[in-house]
Amino acid sequence: MEPVASPVVDLVDVVAVLGSFPALAGASLTVQRGEIVLLQGPNGAGKTSLLRLCAGLLPVERGAAHVLGCDLVADRTAVRNRVGLLGHANGLYADLTVADNVRFWGATVGASDDEVAGALRRMGLAERLATVPVSRLSAGQRRRTALACLVARRAELWLLDEPHAGLDAAGRDDLDHTLRSAAAAGATVMVASHELERAGALATRVVEVVAGQVQAPS
Amino acid sequence: MLGFAVLAGFAWLVLFGLFLSPNDQTQKTGVRILYIHVPSAWLAYLAFGVTGISSAFYLVKRTRSLVWDRIAGASAEVGVLFMGITLVSGSLWGRITWGTFWTWDSRLTTTAFLFVTYIGYLAVRDLGGTHQQRARRSAVLALLAVCEVPLVHFSVKWWRPLHQQESVADGELSGLMLFSLFVGLISFTLLYVWLVMHRQRVLALNDRADDRGLDAALLERRNEVVR
Amino acid sequence: MNMWRIARLVAVKDLRVEWRSRVMTNQVLPFAALVMVMFAFALDSDQVLTRVAPGLVWLATMFSLLVIVQRSFAVETADGALDALQVAGVRPGGIFLGKSLALAAQLAALELVLLAAAVVLYQTELLAGGVVLLVTTWVAATTGLAFVGTLYGGLAAGAKGRETLLPLLMLPVVAPVLIGATRATEAALGTNDATPSDGWPWIGLLALFAVVFGAGGTLAFGSLIDE
Repeated sequence: MEPVASPVVDLVDVVAVLGSFPALAGASLTVQRGEIVLLQGPNGAGKTSLLRLCAGLLPVERGAAHVLGCDLVADRTAVRNRVGLLGHANGLYADLTVADNVRFWGATVGASDDEVAGALRRMGLAERLATVPVSRLSAGQRRRTALACLVARRAELWLLDEPHAGLDAAGRDDLDHTLRSAAAAGATVMVASHELERAGALATRVVEVVAGQVQAPS
Repeated sequence: MLGFAVLAGFAWLVLFGLFLSPNDQTQKTGVRILYIHVPSAWLAYLAFGVTGISSAFYLVKRTRSLVWDRIAGASAEVGVLFMGITLVSGSLWGRITWGTFWTWDSRLTTTAFLFVTYIGYLAVRDLGGTHQQRARRSAVLALLAVCEVPLVHFSVKWWRPLHQQESVADGELSGLMLFSLFVGLISFTLLYVWLVMHRQRVLALNDRADDRGLDAALLERRNEVVR
Repeated sequence: MNMWRIARLVAVKDLRVEWRSRVMTNQVLPFAALVMVMFAFALDSDQVLTRVAPGLVWLATMFSLLVIVQRSFAVETADGALDALQVAGVRPGGIFLGKSLALAAQLAALELVLLAAAVVLYQTELLAGGVVLLVTTWVAATTGLAFVGTLYGGLAAGAKGRETLLPLLMLPVVAPVLIGATRATEAALGTNDATPSDGWPWIGLLALFAVVFGAGGTLAFGSLIDE
């Protein structure tokens, strides 16, 4: 029997607040390496907060939280350069071109020019779009640029908040393909989405987030 | 008990300050404002020092505790009040004694600078977030303010070197006047301690109310699932 | 990753953003020039203007600094880039130094333009003997201002009421730079009967200011931007 590797994400009864509102009211979740976990649930349920907490952005008010072996209660900054978070915002510099952005983010981990070019190619940005300023891109194109930055940064845990929004059908399939190959290459992916069709095509596991807590789907 | 001491101290101050101590030769009755001005100034700087030290205690991991943050905040609130009193009383005294409301000497200007800095500090304390975030942000800001004060003080001092550094000890203060001054210092210090203690307690209750509010909100949120 | 490499990366990125968007050249420089003209309207006397020209140059710099800092951080918060930088685990000290460097470069260019405007509008004359002092003042003051701007800009970024919070926090803090830089510049230009040798003590103050805020900012920036 193989020893069970420690989980990539291990949350036990976590409470997190936004101001005085308990965004997470006792959430527990375990995710193993290579999984693609889909977080489903209505708006305001706490999916975004859960992702931000795993990225070390939201302080843990109560409970225990370990991500990639780092204790988030003790120090939530340690986990940060190994995690990639793509929220509602893209984290891009609108005045710079696509290539500039990906190169900048890749450079934060010392990525080579080849890796950057590879990231652009994987997201279908290498041809016409590489030299276009981000401000002139459509929402879907910006999202792809943001994902390319994630690839360039070699993140081990991908936290994606509604990544399919703004993409057309082909774009969504592309995205699913990218995520599956990322997971196959050893990354772990958590996707928050309220699109039910994604479940079968993409995820290895689906969980429901309701009222700040995590449940297995009914 | 402390409250009584404060009241007693103030009664004593009023007695000596307004009645028993003599008029100054040159300043006449105007010198009595000093009995408020000097203690206020002393208090303002004491409060400032306490905020700085408490902030440092908060930032050091070994002694980290929200109590230091609350003391820093309470002290800053009281300090702002007394800085205001210092500036106004100093201004009035200057008007009576030398005929001007304001002089650009380093002490007065530094106090005015501190006053504005503290208003900014209190604004930052109100920015929201968790108690720990508030504490960390304010503590850093307070320590930066501590670093700035000598810079401001010296730049103003060098700026107007020819300006007379009028000192409170100009002329002679008779024994009774010095004594009244001392009474003032003591009663104001007692007042400061009393105010900070009580204000700190209010802040602690506020924080606890936030927490209890959290428990209630948690309960409510969990019940959403049942529904 | 090494903090200096991060700093260089961030600085180049900031300058590239400015190069592409041209906000400095199209908006800030005209604003600064306009401020200089408005000073002339308000002060309405050629003699007075020539005498106070150094002060006006630095005053206009301070106001423009507020605008440039707001812009520098608006770029970061517009699409959550600062958040993303934190998530990426990029060392905050490196971000601080990089943004300060880019800010300093833009400020330095602005000050040159303002000096030229003073020569044109206020009949300022440049002294050959004061050039070294002038350049040193330029470097020392700009460095200090860039550090302070980045530090408080980071604090105010994404905060409620940040447009009003930033001036409230920053202007008192840069007061020593205003005093020191103006005095040193006066000495370098020979206005107000100052000679270059009068200016050098002020350089010491400016340098100290820059060191304090450079070191403090590198250490504190992380705590201030942390959500």
